[in-house]
Amino acid sequence: MYSPAPMHIPDGFLSTLVSVVFWMVSAIAVTYALRRVGKDLGERQVPVMGVLAAAIFAGQMLNFSVTGGTSGHLLGAALATILLGPWAAVIVLTSVVSMQALIFQDGGLLALGTNLFNMAIVGVTVSYFVYSSIQKLARGKSWGVFIGGAAAAWFSIVIASLACALELALSGTSPANIAVPAMGGIHMLIGIGEGLITVGALAFLYAARPDLLRAGETANKGSAAVWIFGLGIAALLTALSPLASAHPDSLEWVAEQNGFLEAARAPLYNIISDYSFPGISNTALATIIAGVLGMLLVFGTVLGVAYWRRKKEIDYPQRAPRNTKE
Amino acid sequence: MHHSIEVEQLSFSYPDGRPALVEVALHIAPGEKVALVGPNGAGKSTLILHLNGILTGQGRVTVCGLEVGEKTLGRVRAAVGLVFQNPDDQLFSPTVYEDVAFGPLYLGLGPDEVAVRVCSALTAVSMQSYAKRVSHHLSNGEKKRIAIASVLSMNPEVLVLDEPTAGLDPRARRGLINLLQELPVTMLVASHDLRMVSELLPRMIIMDEGRIVADGLTANLLKDKKLLEAHGLEKPWNPPM
Amino acid sequence: MNNHLLDPYRPRTSPVHTLDGRVKFVLTVAFILTTSLTPVAAWPVYMLLFALILSVEILSGLGVGFVFKRALLALPFVLAAFPVIFTNGQTVLFSYNIGIWTLVAHAEGLARFISVTLKSWLSVQAAIVMASSTPFPELLHSMRAVGIPRLLVSMFGMMWRYLFVLMDEGLRLMRARAARSGQSGDASHRSGGSVLWRASVAGGMAGNLFLRAFERSDRIYAAMLSRGYDGEVRLLPLPPMSGATRGALLAGLALLSLLLSFGILFWG
Repeated sequence: MYSPAPMHIPDGFLSTLVSVVFWMVSAIAVTYALRRVGKDLGERQVPVMGVLAAAIFAGQMLNFSVTGGTSGHLLGAALATILLGPWAAVIVLTSVVSMQALIFQDGGLLALGTNLFNMAIVGVTVSYFVYSSIQKLARGKSWGVFIGGAAAAWFSIVIASLACALELALSGTSPANIAVPAMGGIHMLIGIGEGLITVGALAFLYAARPDLLRAGETANKGSAAVWIFGLGIAALLTALSPLASAHPDSLEWVAEQNGFLEAARAPLYNIISDYSFPGISNTALATIIAGVLGMLLVFGTVLGVAYWRRKKEIDYPQRAPRNTKE
Repeated sequence: MHHSIEVEQLSFSYPDGRPALVEVALHIAPGEKVALVGPNGAGKSTLILHLNGILTGQGRVTVCGLEVGEKTLGRVRAAVGLVFQNPDDQLFSPTVYEDVAFGPLYLGLGPDEVAVRVCSALTAVSMQSYAKRVSHHLSNGEKKRIAIASVLSMNPEVLVLDEPTAGLDPRARRGLINLLQELPVTMLVASHDLRMVSELLPRMIIMDEGRIVADGLTANLLKDKKLLEAHGLEKPWNPPM
Repeated sequence: MNNHLLDPYRPRTSPVHTLDGRVKFVLTVAFILTTSLTPVAAWPVYMLLFALILSVEILSGLGVGFVFKRALLALPFVLAAFPVIFTNGQTVLFSYNIGIWTLVAHAEGLARFISVTLKSWLSVQAAIVMASSTPFPELLHSMRAVGIPRLLVSMFGMMWRYLFVLMDEGLRLMRARAARSGQSGDASHRSGGSVLWRASVAGGMAGNLFLRAFERSDRIYAAMLSRGYDGEVRLLPLPPMSGATRGALLAGLALLSLLLSFGILFWG
């Protein structure tokens, strides 16, 4: 059975402002990545991206038991980056995370922009930064692939989880001094599993189809902008995390966000308050009215559906069973 | 006279150097129904991929009067309909309708004309009610029929099928053979199913190790036990009536 | 083998099922946005939103139990918000001593926690109703309708198409592994190998899956070329929306805006 990973944020946990901002950021990044993929893959992009996204999704289903009940799973950002290069990896991960949200409700729809940012953008760019740096150090020797792969996998998971924790803190849903160490800590362990599976997959491909790995290397060359972004985001999140954790009063951030809403609301409220709404300002009464209205709606629907079903029965009655012999 | 398929001295080697086709030459006239048989690795699938330009080797391939080359690929692919062995590779759209509509859409036809083509193609394979279905939920036999429909909707002059009866249960196989019997197009069928071949395809080409080793009437070739054995084939056993 | 156990779509005859996928998509997003913008502790609004989604669930014939069961999936994440009960606030509800620490629960924190839980629960129900009452190909139309690039939409479509195929392949790999994962029954032999070994086996399976996917994408590309594919994404035009459909869309949006303004005005 499919089990949700601890990094897919459902709806309701992020403030609207955070959701909208990250949606915009992700939309821009994905649009750009799409253009670059078109340039690299040309005609092949639809079948290759589509099927590989399906493979990553199916691969996430693969698990191995760690101890007792827990098991390790694959996110796949590092593996996708190593095999396909950063731009294609962004698209593939975007497809996977979007599908998870839409079809399996693993991650919310409003929160999708943020989840995409964490997994498809941060996950990929950090993987790219770590992997290409280690590759350069190894100067083409094979250990670069495996150590690079393991490190890229681990870092991508951990840094993405830090982003996740900070976004929750920014929304006032989770105090930073608990969310950051908790998320970070858990994912440092999960990251080990990711690293192991990534190396295992790379080892298999190194033996079976080394040409695919080499193809990935050419895709990975020369994306300086991605390297810088990966370095930047990793550094930023690593620096922000201890700062935020030391600042338990994350609700201050939230208050500032609410300020936007207050500012928008104020003029409207001034107009309305000129008219008097007797009784509505009484919260208890409002709750009772809402409850009654709600129940009327629900029962009305139940009755309506039952009536419609019965009417269908009357119009198309069930045939009596034929029990006479011809 | 223009043959539907004309292959002249076609040779092809894989990237690692292995020869896959060696000086293959054949002519197929319009309306002919021809079988392509031979052991695995003989080069049947490789030859088929040359017929619509997916692979290019040395030599010349001409289909329906068009020489297969970079400039003619579009028209060639409209003229030669290729049905692959694994229908899962060929049904790549979310719904059956979209798969069958793919070919006509890329031919540049408008939505109304596309709808007409889809309808007639699905009717030809007796699957009119399947338009809204999702390819994944279909049985193997159903998928094979839809794969054929997805090619028929382009109104090709020649139909090339790679192992159409592979993996089908007897009922689905019979249905497919009947279907192919009724289609009026020129046909080239690569197959291991010699019973189908003897029933459906009057002419047979035998390939082995990248070469054509025999080309003649199916009835005659199937009588030659030595020839069949030499190339990894067995005469189909027909049960006494 | 069909893996449509994981496909959430449940065919039924209901007005929700027949409603245009594009309208459902927009209304679902609007509903989620409304719950997101509804202020903390605006209980009447949450109640009305719940009544609304419950009615839709009943109308859809999917069954409230079905939706509630699937909605449980989002619940574990609620733990992430739990600590907020104990962070700052003004009105103290109770305090609890654990060893040297004192946990102080505040009414504001509790209200926030409950609001977050409600928002999450309501949103996930809306998403479930949409996914279970709309065949995926229709959702693809919805994506095109809201402006997602056609290239991305075709990639999504292809991914969905091969998702179940590759999952079947992955399942077969796992079964093969399970079939070879015996235990000798001999107490001196600890079965299972080390964690590292198990991880590398899983990794090998993942690599295998990738490889098959790469090779399959080559064959699919050949099949696409054979039917005239030239790199440009061509799709059939979307069917036009009837007046009734448009009406349903506007009515839904109006209702949600009403609830939202109600909430913001009095509890914002």
